[in-house]
Amino acid sequence: MTPLLRTEGLAKAFTLHLQGGAHIPVLAGVDLAVHAGECVALSGPSGAGKSTLMRCLYGNYGAGAGRILLRHRGRDLDLAAADPRTVIEARRETIGYVSQFLRVIPRVATRVIVAEPLLARGMGREEALSRATALLRRLNLPERLHGLPPATFSGGEQQRVNLARGFAPGYPVLLLDEPTASLDAANRAVVIAMIREAKAAGAAIIGIFHDAEVREAVADRLFDVLPRQDAA
Amino acid sequence: MSTTLLEAQGLTLRFGAIPALLDVSLDIAEGEVVAIVGESGSGKTTLLRVLSGLLHPDAGSVRWLGEDVHAMGEAARRRLMRTAWGFVHQNPRDGLRLDVSAGGNVGERLMAVGARHYGRIRAEALAWLAKVEIDAARIDDLPRTFSGGMQQRLQIARTLVTRPRLVFMDEPTGGLDVSVQARLLDLIRSLARELGLAVLIVTHDIAAARLLADRILVMWRGRVVEQGLTDRVLDDPQHPYTQLLVSSVLAA
Repeated sequence: MTPLLRTEGLAKAFTLHLQGGAHIPVLAGVDLAVHAGECVALSGPSGAGKSTLMRCLYGNYGAGAGRILLRHRGRDLDLAAADPRTVIEARRETIGYVSQFLRVIPRVATRVIVAEPLLARGMGREEALSRATALLRRLNLPERLHGLPPATFSGGEQQRVNLARGFAPGYPVLLLDEPTASLDAANRAVVIAMIREAKAAGAAIIGIFHDAEVREAVADRLFDVLPRQDAA
Repeated sequence: MSTTLLEAQGLTLRFGAIPALLDVSLDIAEGEVVAIVGESGSGKTTLLRVLSGLLHPDAGSVRWLGEDVHAMGEAARRRLMRTAWGFVHQNPRDGLRLDVSAGGNVGERLMAVGARHYGRIRAEALAWLAKVEIDAARIDDLPRTFSGGMQQRLQIARTLVTRPRLVFMDEPTGGLDVSVQARLLDLIRSLARELGLAVLIVTHDIAAARLLADRILVMWRGRVVEQGLTDRVLDDPQHPYTQLLVSSVLAA
Protein backbone atom coordinates (compact mmCIF):
# COMPACT_ATOMS: atom_id res chain seq x y z
CA MET A 1 0.00 0.00 0.00
CA THR A 2 1.24 3.48 -0.82
CA PRO A 3 1.85 5.68 2.21
CA LEU A 4 -0.24 8.88 2.31
CA LEU A 5 2.86 10.82 3.26
CA ARG A 6 6.51 9.89 3.05
CA THR A 7 9.85 11.62 3.02
CA GLU A 8 13.03 10.54 1.29
CA GLY A 9 16.33 11.93 2.51
CA LEU A 10 14.70 15.06 3.88
CA ALA A 11 17.17 17.62 5.18
CA LYS A 12 16.75 21.08 6.60
CA ALA A 13 19.26 23.67 7.71
CA PHE A 14 18.97 27.35 8.45
CA THR A 15 21.38 30.04 7.35
CA LEU A 16 21.13 33.10 9.57
CA HIS A 17 22.40 36.01 7.53
CA LEU A 18 21.95 38.44 10.41
CA GLN A 19 24.22 36.28 12.58
CA GLY A 20 27.19 36.39 10.25
CA GLY A 21 25.79 33.65 8.03
CA ALA A 22 25.70 31.01 10.78
CA HIS A 23 24.66 27.66 9.33
CA ILE A 24 22.44 25.52 11.57
CA PRO A 25 21.72 22.02 10.30
CA VAL A 26 18.61 20.59 11.96
CA LEU A 27 17.43 17.59 9.95
CA ALA A 28 19.29 15.23 7.66
CA GLY A 29 18.39 12.00 5.94
CA VAL A 30 14.86 11.79 7.35
CA ASP A 31 12.95 8.85 5.85
CA LEU A 32 9.45 8.71 7.25
CA ALA A 33 6.36 6.97 5.91
CA VAL A 34 2.84 7.14 7.27
CA HIS A 35 -0.01 5.01 5.98
CA ALA A 36 -3.75 5.44 6.03
CA GLY A 37 -5.26 4.78 9.45
CA GLU A 38 -1.92 5.11 11.20
CA CYS A 39 -0.71 7.59 13.81
CA VAL A 40 3.01 8.16 14.16
CA ALA A 41 4.35 10.09 17.14
CA LEU A 42 7.58 12.02 16.67
CA SER A 43 9.86 11.48 19.62
CA GLY A 44 13.16 12.97 20.67
CA PRO A 45 14.46 15.61 23.06
CA SER A 46 13.48 19.26 22.87
CA GLY A 47 15.39 21.02 20.14
CA ALA A 48 15.93 17.85 18.13
CA GLY A 49 13.84 19.20 15.28
CA LYS A 50 10.40 17.65 15.74
CA SER A 51 8.54 20.89 15.08
CA THR A 52 10.91 21.72 12.24
CA LEU A 53 10.06 18.38 10.64
CA MET A 54 6.32 19.07 11.04
CA ARG A 55 6.71 22.49 9.45
CA CYS A 56 8.64 20.99 6.53
CA LEU A 57 5.89 18.42 6.03
CA TYR A 58 3.32 21.19 5.79
CA GLY A 59 5.49 23.24 3.43
CA ASN A 60 5.79 26.00 6.01
CA TYR A 61 9.57 25.54 5.93
CA GLY A 62 11.24 24.83 2.64
CA ALA A 63 13.11 21.51 2.48
CA GLY A 64 16.86 21.81 2.03
CA ALA A 65 17.18 18.44 0.31
CA GLY A 66 15.13 15.35 -0.33
CA ARG A 67 11.51 14.78 -1.21
CA ILE A 68 8.21 15.04 0.65
CA LEU A 69 5.69 12.90 -1.17
CA LEU A 70 2.07 13.55 -0.38
CA ARG A 71 -0.71 11.41 -1.84
CA HIS A 72 -2.79 14.16 -3.42
CA ARG A 73 -5.49 13.76 -6.05
CA GLY A 74 -4.50 10.15 -6.57
CA ARG A 75 -0.81 10.72 -7.22
CA ASP A 76 2.38 11.54 -5.32
CA LEU A 77 2.97 15.26 -5.08
CA ASP A 78 6.47 16.36 -4.04
CA LEU A 79 5.75 19.16 -1.60
CA ALA A 80 9.45 19.99 -1.45
CA ALA A 81 9.34 21.03 -5.10
CA ALA A 82 5.70 22.08 -5.60
CA ASP A 83 4.87 25.66 -6.57
CA PRO A 84 2.94 27.81 -4.07
CA ARG A 85 -0.43 27.36 -5.79
CA THR A 86 -0.15 23.59 -5.67
CA VAL A 87 0.85 23.69 -2.00
CA ILE A 88 -2.22 25.84 -1.28
CA GLU A 89 -4.40 23.36 -3.16
CA ALA A 90 -2.90 20.43 -1.21
CA ARG A 91 -3.51 22.28 2.05
CA ARG A 92 -7.10 22.92 1.07
CA GLU A 93 -7.85 19.32 0.11
CA THR A 94 -5.36 16.90 1.55
CA ILE A 95 -3.15 17.99 4.42
CA GLY A 96 -4.10 19.79 7.62
CA TYR A 97 -1.94 21.17 10.40
CA VAL A 98 -2.90 22.01 13.94
CA SER A 99 -0.14 24.24 15.25
CA GLN A 100 0.26 25.42 18.81
CA PHE A 101 -0.74 28.94 17.90
CA LEU A 102 -3.93 30.34 16.55
CA ARG A 103 -3.20 33.05 14.00
CA VAL A 104 -6.32 34.55 12.46
CA ILE A 105 -7.74 37.79 11.16
CA PRO A 106 -8.92 39.79 14.18
CA ARG A 107 -12.63 40.41 14.69
CA VAL A 108 -13.73 37.28 12.85
CA ALA A 109 -16.14 35.10 14.87
CA THR A 110 -14.83 31.79 16.17
CA ARG A 111 -17.56 29.84 14.39
CA VAL A 112 -16.53 31.40 11.05
CA ILE A 113 -12.84 30.73 11.68
CA VAL A 114 -13.61 27.05 12.18
CA ALA A 115 -15.90 26.98 9.12
CA GLU A 116 -13.32 28.67 6.87
CA PRO A 117 -11.48 25.56 5.64
CA LEU A 118 -14.89 24.06 4.81
CA LEU A 119 -15.97 27.17 2.90
CA ALA A 120 -12.65 27.10 1.04
CA ARG A 121 -13.53 23.58 -0.12
CA GLY A 122 -16.81 24.86 -1.49
CA MET A 123 -19.18 23.71 1.25
CA GLY A 124 -22.35 25.82 1.63
CA ARG A 125 -22.25 28.46 4.34
CA GLU A 126 -25.02 27.01 6.48
CA GLU A 127 -23.68 23.47 6.43
CA ALA A 128 -20.13 24.69 7.15
CA LEU A 129 -21.28 26.80 10.09
CA SER A 130 -23.36 24.00 11.55
CA ARG A 131 -20.47 21.56 11.31
CA ALA A 132 -18.24 24.15 12.97
CA THR A 133 -20.75 24.60 15.78
CA ALA A 134 -21.01 20.86 16.34
CA LEU A 135 -17.23 20.49 16.63
CA LEU A 136 -16.90 23.44 19.00
CA ARG A 137 -19.64 21.95 21.17
CA ARG A 138 -17.93 18.60 21.18
CA LEU A 139 -14.75 20.31 22.37
CA ASN A 140 -16.79 21.91 25.16
CA LEU A 141 -16.30 25.46 24.00
CA PRO A 142 -19.21 27.37 25.58
CA GLU A 143 -21.87 28.35 23.07
CA ARG A 144 -21.69 32.02 24.06
CA LEU A 145 -18.11 32.14 22.73
CA HIS A 146 -18.92 30.82 19.25
CA GLY A 147 -19.93 34.21 17.94
CA LEU A 148 -16.93 36.04 19.42
CA PRO A 149 -13.45 36.41 17.95
CA PRO A 150 -10.96 34.20 19.83
CA ALA A 151 -8.42 36.97 20.53
CA THR A 152 -9.43 37.26 24.20
CA PHE A 153 -9.89 33.51 24.80
CA SER A 154 -7.68 31.54 27.21
CA GLY A 155 -4.88 29.35 25.85
CA GLY A 156 -6.98 26.22 26.23
CA GLU A 157 -9.95 27.78 24.47
CA GLN A 158 -7.79 28.98 21.57
CA GLN A 159 -6.28 25.53 21.27
CA ARG A 160 -9.73 24.00 20.98
CA VAL A 161 -10.66 26.51 18.27
CA ASN A 162 -7.49 25.47 16.44
CA LEU A 163 -8.37 21.79 16.85
CA ALA A 164 -11.92 22.28 15.62
CA ARG A 165 -10.58 24.11 12.58
CA GLY A 166 -8.01 21.39 11.89
CA PHE A 167 -10.40 18.49 12.29
CA ALA A 168 -13.40 20.06 10.51
CA PRO A 169 -12.54 19.10 6.92
CA GLY A 170 -11.44 15.52 7.68
CA TYR A 171 -8.08 15.83 5.89
CA PRO A 172 -6.55 12.54 4.68
CA VAL A 173 -3.26 13.63 6.30
CA LEU A 174 -3.21 15.53 9.57
CA LEU A 175 -0.26 17.03 11.44
CA LEU A 176 -0.76 17.71 15.14
CA ASP A 177 1.80 19.76 17.09
CA GLU A 178 1.12 19.28 20.83
CA PRO A 179 -2.65 19.21 20.35
CA THR A 180 -3.45 18.77 24.05
CA ALA A 181 -0.78 20.99 25.64
CA SER A 182 -3.24 23.43 27.25
CA LEU A 183 -6.21 21.13 27.77
CA ASP A 184 -7.76 19.66 30.89
CA ALA A 185 -8.42 15.93 31.30
CA ALA A 186 -11.96 16.02 29.94
CA ASN A 187 -10.93 17.82 26.76
CA ARG A 188 -7.86 15.62 26.36
CA ALA A 189 -10.23 12.68 26.26
CA VAL A 190 -12.30 14.38 23.55
CA VAL A 191 -9.17 14.96 21.45
CA ILE A 192 -8.07 11.34 21.91
CA ALA A 193 -11.48 10.21 20.68
CA MET A 194 -11.31 12.57 17.69
CA ILE A 195 -7.86 11.31 16.70
CA ARG A 196 -9.04 7.70 16.96
CA GLU A 197 -12.07 8.45 14.80
CA ALA A 198 -9.91 10.16 12.19
CA LYS A 199 -7.65 7.09 12.09
CA ALA A 200 -10.64 4.80 11.78
CA ALA A 201 -11.81 6.94 8.87
CA GLY A 202 -8.46 6.31 7.16
CA ALA A 203 -6.47 9.43 8.00
CA ALA A 204 -2.69 9.31 8.34
CA ILE A 205 -1.67 11.29 11.41
CA ILE A 206 1.71 12.58 12.51
CA GLY A 207 1.91 14.15 15.94
CA ILE A 208 4.12 15.58 18.61
CA PHE A 209 2.64 14.49 21.92
CA HIS A 210 4.56 15.39 25.05
CA ASP A 211 1.69 14.04 27.11
CA ALA A 212 2.50 10.32 27.53
CA GLU A 213 -1.11 9.38 28.22
CA VAL A 214 -2.29 10.90 24.95
CA ARG A 215 0.64 9.44 23.03
CA GLU A 216 -0.06 5.94 24.31
CA ALA A 217 -3.73 6.28 23.57
CA VAL A 218 -3.33 7.26 19.91
CA ALA A 219 0.13 6.46 18.54
CA ASP A 220 0.79 3.20 16.69
CA ARG A 221 4.54 3.74 16.69
CA LEU A 222 7.24 6.27 17.43
CA PHE A 223 9.55 7.92 14.97
CA ASP A 224 12.80 9.16 16.47
CA VAL A 225 14.03 12.60 15.56
CA LEU A 226 17.62 12.83 16.75
CA PRO A 227 19.55 15.99 17.42
CA ARG A 228 22.28 16.77 14.90
CA GLN A 229 25.67 16.61 16.57
CA ASP A 230 27.67 18.46 13.98
CA ALA A 231 25.95 21.84 14.37
CA ALA A 232 28.10 24.70 13.18
CA MET B 1 -6.18 25.61 -12.55
CA SER B 2 -7.80 29.01 -12.27
CA THR B 3 -7.25 31.52 -15.04
CA THR B 4 -4.11 33.63 -14.99
CA LEU B 5 -5.28 37.22 -15.20
CA LEU B 6 -2.19 39.38 -15.20
CA GLU B 7 1.28 38.34 -16.23
CA ALA B 8 4.40 40.51 -16.13
CA GLN B 9 7.77 39.56 -17.57
CA GLY B 10 11.17 41.15 -17.06
CA LEU B 11 9.99 44.62 -16.06
CA THR B 12 12.78 47.13 -15.86
CA LEU B 13 12.45 50.87 -15.35
CA ARG B 14 15.09 53.47 -14.59
CA PHE B 15 14.55 57.00 -13.35
CA GLY B 16 17.78 58.55 -14.65
CA ALA B 17 20.57 56.42 -13.26
CA ILE B 18 18.41 54.94 -10.51
CA PRO B 19 16.88 51.55 -11.27
CA ALA B 20 13.33 51.60 -9.90
CA LEU B 21 12.57 48.12 -11.23
CA LEU B 22 15.05 45.46 -12.29
CA ASP B 23 13.84 42.41 -14.17
CA VAL B 24 10.63 41.93 -12.20
CA SER B 25 8.29 39.11 -13.22
CA LEU B 26 5.05 38.05 -11.59
CA ASP B 27 1.63 36.69 -12.34
CA ILE B 28 -1.68 36.55 -10.55
CA ALA B 29 -4.64 34.25 -11.06
CA GLU B 30 -8.33 34.48 -10.25
CA GLY B 31 -9.09 34.35 -6.53
CA GLU B 32 -5.47 34.95 -5.53
CA VAL B 33 -4.26 37.53 -3.07
CA VAL B 34 -0.65 38.47 -3.71
CA ALA B 35 1.23 40.87 -1.44
CA ILE B 36 4.24 42.95 -2.44
CA VAL B 37 6.27 43.94 0.60
CA GLY B 38 9.47 45.90 1.11
CA GLU B 39 10.65 49.16 2.59
CA SER B 40 9.87 52.62 1.23
CA GLY B 41 11.74 53.24 -1.99
CA SER B 42 12.06 49.55 -2.82
CA GLY B 43 9.97 49.99 -5.97
CA LYS B 44 6.62 48.63 -4.77
CA THR B 45 4.46 51.54 -5.82
CA THR B 46 6.34 51.95 -9.09
CA LEU B 47 5.68 48.29 -9.84
CA LEU B 48 1.96 48.76 -9.21
CA ARG B 49 1.91 51.75 -11.56
CA VAL B 50 3.70 49.81 -14.29
CA LEU B 51 1.43 46.78 -13.87
CA SER B 52 -1.68 48.91 -14.16
CA GLY B 53 -0.34 50.66 -17.24
CA LEU B 54 0.14 54.09 -15.65
CA LEU B 55 3.87 53.95 -16.30
CA HIS B 56 5.70 52.46 -19.27
CA PRO B 57 8.62 50.15 -18.48
CA ASP B 58 11.96 50.50 -20.29
CA ALA B 59 11.88 46.77 -20.88
CA GLY B 60 9.51 43.89 -20.26
CA SER B 61 5.80 43.41 -20.75
CA VAL B 62 2.53 43.24 -18.84
CA ARG B 63 -0.31 41.12 -20.20
CA TRP B 64 -3.94 41.16 -19.13
CA LEU B 65 -5.60 37.91 -20.28
CA GLY B 66 -2.87 37.71 -22.88
CA GLU B 67 -3.22 41.27 -24.17
CA ASP B 68 -0.28 43.68 -23.85
CA VAL B 69 -1.37 46.39 -21.41
CA HIS B 70 1.14 48.97 -22.67
CA ALA B 71 0.22 48.43 -26.31
CA MET B 72 -3.56 48.58 -25.96
CA GLY B 73 -4.01 52.32 -26.06
CA GLU B 74 -5.27 54.79 -23.52
CA ALA B 75 -9.00 54.32 -24.21
CA ALA B 76 -8.86 50.56 -23.83
CA ARG B 77 -6.79 50.87 -20.67
CA ARG B 78 -9.24 53.33 -19.18
CA ARG B 79 -12.07 50.97 -19.96
CA LEU B 80 -10.23 48.23 -18.08
CA MET B 81 -9.75 50.60 -15.15
CA ARG B 82 -13.50 51.20 -15.08
CA THR B 83 -14.61 47.60 -15.45
CA ALA B 84 -12.28 44.67 -14.88
CA TRP B 85 -9.79 46.55 -12.69
CA GLY B 86 -10.04 48.53 -9.51
CA PHE B 87 -7.43 50.72 -7.90
CA VAL B 88 -7.42 51.54 -4.21
CA HIS B 89 -5.05 54.42 -3.55
CA GLN B 90 -3.03 54.91 -0.41
CA ASN B 91 -4.60 58.31 0.01
CA PRO B 92 -8.39 57.98 -0.27
CA ARG B 93 -8.65 61.53 -1.55
CA ASP B 94 -6.92 60.32 -4.74
CA GLY B 95 -9.62 57.75 -5.33
CA LEU B 96 -12.73 59.66 -4.25
CA ARG B 97 -14.65 62.66 -5.52
CA LEU B 98 -14.80 64.83 -2.46
CA ASP B 99 -17.59 67.09 -3.74
CA VAL B 100 -19.95 64.19 -4.45
CA SER B 101 -21.96 62.41 -1.72
CA ALA B 102 -20.82 59.07 -0.33
CA GLY B 103 -23.66 57.29 -2.11
CA GLY B 104 -22.81 59.18 -5.29
CA ASN B 105 -19.20 58.08 -5.11
CA VAL B 106 -20.30 54.47 -5.08
CA GLY B 107 -23.18 54.87 -7.54
CA GLU B 108 -21.07 56.80 -10.04
CA ARG B 109 -18.86 53.77 -10.69
CA LEU B 110 -21.98 51.71 -11.34
CA MET B 111 -23.35 54.29 -13.77
CA ALA B 112 -20.02 54.35 -15.57
CA VAL B 113 -20.57 50.71 -16.45
CA GLY B 114 -24.14 51.24 -17.57
CA ALA B 115 -26.40 51.06 -14.49
CA ARG B 116 -29.36 53.43 -14.90
CA HIS B 117 -32.05 52.43 -12.40
CA TYR B 118 -31.83 54.96 -9.53
CA GLY B 119 -33.44 52.73 -6.88
CA ARG B 120 -31.18 49.81 -7.69
CA ILE B 121 -28.06 51.96 -7.73
CA ARG B 122 -28.97 53.45 -4.34
CA ALA B 123 -29.73 50.00 -2.89
CA GLU B 124 -26.43 48.66 -4.16
CA ALA B 125 -24.60 51.69 -2.75
CA LEU B 126 -26.26 51.14 0.63
CA ALA B 127 -25.33 47.46 0.62
CA TRP B 128 -21.69 48.33 -0.01
CA LEU B 129 -21.63 51.06 2.62
CA ALA B 130 -22.91 48.43 5.08
CA LYS B 131 -20.16 45.98 4.01
CA VAL B 132 -17.48 48.54 4.81
CA GLU B 133 -19.31 49.57 8.00
CA ILE B 134 -20.36 53.07 7.03
CA ASP B 135 -23.65 54.08 8.64
CA ALA B 136 -26.48 54.26 6.10
CA ALA B 137 -27.40 57.65 7.56
CA ARG B 138 -24.21 59.09 6.06
CA ILE B 139 -25.07 58.14 2.46
CA ASP B 140 -25.87 61.71 1.45
CA ASP B 141 -22.92 63.30 3.26
CA LEU B 142 -19.81 64.51 1.48
CA PRO B 143 -16.66 62.40 1.97
CA ARG B 144 -14.77 65.53 3.08
CA THR B 145 -16.78 65.34 6.32
CA PHE B 146 -15.56 61.75 6.91
CA SER B 147 -12.57 60.65 8.96
CA GLY B 148 -9.56 59.24 7.09
CA GLY B 149 -10.55 55.68 7.93
CA MET B 150 -14.10 56.20 6.69
CA GLN B 151 -12.81 57.77 3.49
CA GLN B 152 -10.63 54.73 2.92
CA ARG B 153 -13.56 52.36 3.47
CA LEU B 154 -15.65 54.45 1.10
CA GLN B 155 -12.92 54.25 -1.53
CA ILE B 156 -12.90 50.48 -1.20
CA ALA B 157 -16.70 50.30 -1.57
CA ARG B 158 -16.49 52.57 -4.62
CA THR B 159 -13.85 50.31 -6.14
CA LEU B 160 -15.52 47.00 -5.45
CA VAL B 161 -19.11 47.89 -6.35
CA THR B 162 -18.55 47.13 -10.03
CA ARG B 163 -17.16 43.68 -9.18
CA PRO B 164 -13.74 44.08 -10.76
CA ARG B 165 -11.72 40.93 -11.40
CA LEU B 166 -8.43 42.41 -10.21
CA VAL B 167 -7.89 45.10 -7.62
CA PHE B 168 -4.60 46.94 -7.17
CA MET B 169 -4.21 48.18 -3.61
CA ASP B 170 -1.47 50.58 -2.55
CA GLU B 171 -1.06 50.50 1.25
CA PRO B 172 -4.84 50.45 1.71
CA THR B 173 -4.83 49.97 5.46
CA GLY B 174 -1.98 52.36 6.19
CA GLY B 175 -3.76 55.06 8.14
CA LEU B 176 -6.55 52.94 9.59
CA ASP B 177 -7.43 51.86 13.12
CA VAL B 178 -6.46 48.29 13.85
CA SER B 179 -10.09 47.20 14.19
CA VAL B 180 -11.08 48.74 10.85
CA GLN B 181 -8.04 47.16 9.22
CA ALA B 182 -9.14 43.75 10.47
CA ARG B 183 -12.63 44.22 9.06
CA LEU B 184 -11.19 45.19 5.68
CA LEU B 185 -8.78 42.27 5.62
CA ASP B 186 -11.66 39.90 6.28
CA LEU B 187 -13.78 41.57 3.60
CA ILE B 188 -11.00 41.33 1.00
CA ARG B 189 -10.40 37.67 1.81
CA SER B 190 -14.05 36.71 1.54
CA LEU B 191 -14.41 38.51 -1.77
CA ALA B 192 -11.41 36.65 -3.13
CA ARG B 193 -12.94 33.35 -2.05
CA GLU B 194 -16.54 34.01 -2.99
CA LEU B 195 -16.23 36.07 -6.17
CA GLY B 196 -12.82 34.93 -7.35
CA LEU B 197 -11.53 38.49 -6.98
CA ALA B 198 -7.76 38.75 -7.44
CA VAL B 199 -5.96 41.28 -5.27
CA LEU B 200 -2.47 42.66 -5.72
CA ILE B 201 -1.67 44.52 -2.55
CA VAL B 202 1.36 46.67 -1.81
CA THR B 203 2.01 46.95 1.89
CA HIS B 204 4.74 47.36 4.45
CA ASP B 205 2.49 45.71 7.04
CA ILE B 206 3.93 42.19 7.28
CA ALA B 207 1.28 41.02 9.75
CA ALA B 208 -1.51 42.06 7.38
CA ALA B 209 0.26 40.38 4.46
CA ARG B 210 0.49 37.15 6.45
CA LEU B 211 -3.22 37.04 7.19
CA LEU B 212 -4.32 38.15 3.76
CA ALA B 213 -1.99 36.92 1.06
CA ASP B 214 -1.62 33.50 -0.56
CA ARG B 215 1.72 34.51 -1.99
CA ILE B 216 4.20 37.22 -1.22
CA LEU B 217 6.93 39.02 -3.15
CA VAL B 218 9.71 40.76 -1.29
CA MET B 219 11.17 43.79 -3.06
CA TRP B 220 14.51 45.35 -2.32
CA ARG B 221 16.16 48.06 -4.43
CA GLY B 222 13.87 47.47 -7.38
CA ARG B 223 14.30 43.72 -7.46
CA VAL B 224 12.18 40.82 -6.26
CA VAL B 225 14.68 39.16 -3.94
CA GLU B 226 12.36 36.45 -2.69
CA GLN B 227 8.88 35.19 -3.43
CA GLY B 228 6.63 32.28 -2.67
CA LEU B 229 4.06 30.92 -0.27
CA THR B 230 3.35 33.65 2.29
CA ASP B 231 3.90 31.65 5.45
CA ARG B 232 7.06 30.04 4.09
CA VAL B 233 8.65 33.34 3.04
CA LEU B 234 7.86 34.85 6.45
CA ASP B 235 8.75 31.83 8.62
CA ASP B 236 11.70 30.50 6.64
CA PRO B 237 13.11 33.55 4.85
CA GLN B 238 16.16 32.89 2.71
CA HIS B 239 17.40 36.27 1.51
CA PRO B 240 19.31 38.47 3.98
CA TYR B 241 16.93 41.36 3.35
CA THR B 242 13.84 39.19 4.03
CA GLN B 243 15.42 37.92 7.23
CA LEU B 244 16.01 41.50 8.31
CA LEU B 245 12.47 42.52 7.36
CA VAL B 246 10.86 39.65 9.24
CA SER B 247 13.05 40.01 12.31
CA SER B 248 12.23 43.72 12.56
CA VAL B 249 8.52 43.10 13.02
CA LEU B 250 6.78 42.55 16.32
CA ALA B 251 4.83 39.29 16.39
CA ALA B 252 4.07 39.07 12.66
